[in-house]
Order: sequence, then structure tokens, then C-alpha cells
Amino acid sequence: MQEPLVQQIDDNTACVNTSEKVHPWWYNLKYALVGIIFGIVFYKAEIISWFRIQEMFRLQSFHMYGIIGTAVVLGAISVFIIKRMNIKTIHGEKITIADKEFNKGQIFGGLLFGCGWAITGACPGPLFAHIGAGFFAILIVIASAVAGTWVYGYFRDKLPH
Amino acid sequence: MPDLSQQPWPWYAAGIIIGLIVPALLILGNKTFGISSNLRHICAACFPADLPFFKYDWKKEIWNFYFIGGIIGGAYIASQYLSTGNPITIHPDLKTELAGYGITNLNHLLPPEIFSFSSLFTLRGFIMLVIGGFLVGFGTRYAGGCTSGHSIMGLSNLQWPSLVATICFMVGGFITANYILPWILSL
Repeated sequence: MQEPLVQQIDDNTACVNTSEKVHPWWYNLKYALVGIIFGIVFYKAEIISWFRIQEMFRLQSFHMYGIIGTAVVLGAISVFIIKRMNIKTIHGEKITIADKEFNKGQIFGGLLFGCGWAITGACPGPLFAHIGAGFFAILIVIASAVAGTWVYGYFRDKLPH
Repeated sequence: MPDLSQQPWPWYAAGIIIGLIVPALLILGNKTFGISSNLRHICAACFPADLPFFKYDWKKEIWNFYFIGGIIGGAYIASQYLSTGNPITIHPDLKTELAGYGITNLNHLLPPEIFSFSSLFTLRGFIMLVIGGFLVGFGTRYAGGCTSGHSIMGLSNLQWPSLVATICFMVGGFITANYILPWILSL
């Protein structure tokens, strides 16, 4: 019984959407370029600021709500167009997006992450941006986050899902 | 386009660019936007410890390491060449509240009173850096995604489990920021 359960609650994050084609390593640089743009926006829009996250959770600023809301609307329109017009990747492959399966982890894990988000003022993306911006003490936060991920993997079968 | 030298960039400019990352990754190579997976890939690459959760071919996900490498590079470029150097402007109520905890330095995006190596040896700093980071890693993986994977990618794909996750992120954040963090900051 244990094995199918693990399969069933797999959270769709690993080894999905992997291209069948084999490309040389430097093809990955296109993702680095998208990352560079993201990193600049993170810094210049102050999304990586601990202060902006505190304002968000105290309803003292519209800034973060405006950013996430606009991104979701634009993302949703894009996904709709991609599906509707059957747009392919630049390498001619079909675009597939895995559905998210519901499990209780989204509730328990979501509450715990929300707690960590308010304390550190950062979700995983901004943590990496902090390193680029020269806040090296954040390496401790990243190491702790990796440890948290590992501990989750260790206790996964015993946690309610 | 916003004036590049201005800071902060307005929310709509940032929102539009981040929203366009979703189709960009899909069209460039059928990749779904999600950053917390990298924490799992780091575990799988460095400390798999024979755990089934970390036994997969992480090299197939290597594009995501290039993506976060780019994020690090982009933040470096912005901080070195596009920074105004001006102090951050925050809501006056927040400024007053934080001053009560001895946090008055607004010259950086993060308060140096908390996010420095020396603060690690205080109870407050240890809780915020180590426990806070642990909760980010444990919580995102337990939830199966973070702000990017659930709140932006998942909601863009109209996935109701992602809406549940996003609501829980916000509930956890609201409770912590308003009722738990004040206690931690006063330590």
C-alpha cells in the first residue's frame, strides 16, 4: 500500500515536461537569460525586500498584491492562448503543463511556508537574488531551506497528505 | 517602459515582466515556472541519502539551475549598475513599529540588524535565519510549490489546489507577521 501512495502524492515537480530532444549544454543559457531579467526585476521592484513583504502582510501597501495579481492575469492569458492556439516550443515540441493534484500538504505545508515567508521576508526565488545582491548572510537561510526540504523528504511517508 | 533608474519600479511593470516569464519558459523549452524545486534538486544532487523522494535523475532538471544562476546574476547587475543607492521608503506605521525593535537602518533592501552573520549568534537572528529558512524549505516542499510554482504558474493554469496553497501561504503569513513576528523581533 505504501508504494502507490508515494506515487499518487508525487508533487509533479521533478522530471515533468522534460524534452525528449538532447541539446548541447549551452542551450540552457536561454533559461539563464530569462533568470537575469527576473533577477533585475526582483531587485528594482524591491520584491526581494524584507520590508515590502512586511508591508504586504500588514496591508500597508498595494505593491506586492499588484505585482502578483498582474503576473497571474498575464500568465493566465498566456497559458490560455498557448493551449487554444496549440503553440509549440521553439524546438517544435508540444507544450504540456502537468495538473496539480490536491493533497493536505497544500494546506499544512502552505501554512508553514507562509510562516517562513513572513519571518524571512523571502520565498525561494528572492533568496537566490539576495546572494547576487550581496546579502551573503542569506546563505544561512538557503542552507536552512535545503535542510528543511531534506527533512520533509525524510519524514514524507509519516506526514499527513 | 519604466525609467530604469527609478526605484522601486511600479507594480504593473514588474507584474507584466514576471507574468511573461510563464509563457517564455513554456515556449523556450516546455518548462513550468517554479523555483522551490531547486531546493529538492540540490538535495537530490548532494544528499540523496537513499530516500525515495530524492532518487530521480536531477540532471534532467538542470535547466532550473541555469535559471536561478541567471536570477543571481540579474540581482548582481541591478545592485551594481542600476541601484539608486537611496534608502528604502516604507509605510510610516511599519517604520515606527520596527524602530520599537531597534530596526532603523533602511539603507538596504534587508535590515542589517537581522540579516547579518553576527546576528546568527542572537536568539532573534537564529530564529529568523535558521528556523525561518527551515520553514521556507519544509513548507514549500510539503505544499508542492512556492509563490512561483503555485501562486503564479498554478493559478495561471487555473489549478484549484494552487489556489488552496496560495490562500494558506497568505493565512500563514498574516498570522505570523502580525502575531508571532512581533514577539520574535522583541527578543
